[in-house]
Amino acid sequence: MTSPQNELLQPVPDDDGAPFWEYAARGELRMQACAAEGCGELRFPPRPCCPHCQSFDSEWRLMSGRGRIWSYVTAHPPLLPAYAALAPYDVVLVELAEAPQIRLVGNLVGNGNGNGNGSAPKPRIGAAVTADFREHPDGLPLPHWRLERP
Amino acid sequence: MGVSTLKDVTAIAGIGQTPFAKQLPESEKALACRAILAALDDAGIKPAEVDAFASYTMENTDEVEVAKAIGAGDVTFFAKTGYGGGGSCGTIAHLSAAIATGQATVGVAWRSRKRGSGPRPWTNTAVQLPTPAQWTRPYGLLRPADEIGMLTRRYMHEYGATRDHLFNVALACRNRANQNPAAMMYERPMTRESYMSSRWISEPLCLFDNCLETDGALACVVVSAERARDLRQKPVYVHSAAQGLPAQHHGMVNYWNDDPLSGPSWTAARHLWKSADFGPDDVDVAQIYDAFTPLIPLSLEGYGFCGRGEGAAFTEGGALETGGRLPINTSGGGLSEAYVHGFNLINEGVRQLRGTSTAQVPNAATCLVTAGEGVPTSALLLRS
Ligand SMILES: [Zn+2]
Repeated sequence: MTSPQNELLQPVPDDDGAPFWEYAARGELRMQACAAEGCGELRFPPRPCCPHCQSFDSEWRLMSGRGRIWSYVTAHPPLLPAYAALAPYDVVLVELAEAPQIRLVGNLVGNGNGNGNGSAPKPRIGAAVTADFREHPDGLPLPHWRLERP
Repeated sequence: MGVSTLKDVTAIAGIGQTPFAKQLPESEKALACRAILAALDDAGIKPAEVDAFASYTMENTDEVEVAKAIGAGDVTFFAKTGYGGGGSCGTIAHLSAAIATGQATVGVAWRSRKRGSGPRPWTNTAVQLPTPAQWTRPYGLLRPADEIGMLTRRYMHEYGATRDHLFNVALACRNRANQNPAAMMYERPMTRESYMSSRWISEPLCLFDNCLETDGALACVVVSAERARDLRQKPVYVHSAAQGLPAQHHGMVNYWNDDPLSGPSWTAARHLWKSADFGPDDVDVAQIYDAFTPLIPLSLEGYGFCGRGEGAAFTEGGALETGGRLPINTSGGGLSEAYVHGFNLINEGVRQLRGTSTAQVPNAATCLVTAGEGVPTSALLLRS
């Protein structure tokens, strides 16, 4: 599936990543974890087998949805047209509380209803965030992130 | 099995290039042929003697086309290295290995690219790979500048690096380009004010933290050291070569491991130095891959010119300029000479060791050349 140039890009999942997006659509942040006894390591991006113990058994473990901003950028044009219309916008990288080596790319949303990225709070490195599964006003894919203390 | 090594067994005997410009009328194939024929002429080797080719991905001109156009003989070795700009030095490494092991005798590596007049690769939404694009692009992390900008902001936060440090890199490259008539920025000096007031691309990266967009082509000829000594140019020996793909590395979006800021250069460097007779302190001049200014401090750390987190401070006091602690990118690099996926850094390394650079480091006898940091990479130690 590809998006026309004038639309935001939607995730194009591969076989391994598809469950992440299915759980996200249901409002759950789940990460792939090894299901082998005595291992249980989380891994991201999802992949067929565990790099620690080589087991092909995996499960999708529910996360708390808490994390911290590890870094961020503010994108300015030139950008694809749909993104240029939102620019400048911030993209954050959130390290998960349960697994700081996993850092999800995302966007901040405001705390009120109907706040778009334009009115989203400014990111700060180290700021605590929580996953937010409301539909994004700009149509960006789930999950989003909300500052715990804006 | 005997102990074998690539050390000084092969040499770069010829270099060639086309003009660099925002727009050249000829096709990538024509530019490739011109650069390759120029390199063979430089070496004094007939095209019919070429029996090996090495290129890297995102090269649209393949061996079949190039070989038949230039009039190569029977080709017995051809190889393509992955990961775009990470593969530049890998081409020389592969040719050296092939020649050292008797698979071929005359190798050609090349790069031809119409990036100045062609589309930017990131604008193609149809060919995006699901892994890892699904995790990054929908949220607006679209371009290499965004992906490296993310690491840059963290690097600045952790180690106190500033935009002035990035400016030091941009300025050193620009100053050398101002000495090089072949450079796209030959007549375009840079000031701190022009740098600081340029437009943002992906904060913290501004326009001048990004490489040029160039049409152009370059090529090198690799032969055995023995053969090189009988040719018309002073041989430039391949002293050590390495590739680097670190454990749990993810390419440009290296966000999912314990230490995203120690990239492929660290892995390549360990192997490069292990096989060398000299160390970082003995490097006279370096050509360090500079698609983005922050790749320089990261690479300075990876290749051992300073400690972890010290790469930004290393750039202070004119360290990267002529006469500084480590002159870099002496033809202007990707930032100010031409961005041809780093191949111009190889040719400039050769010129330095021949003594023919437009920004010659006096008596340069050793040169480090690196490929793209932030992707699976490669590197060369050259010596005269
Ligand atoms: Zn496991």
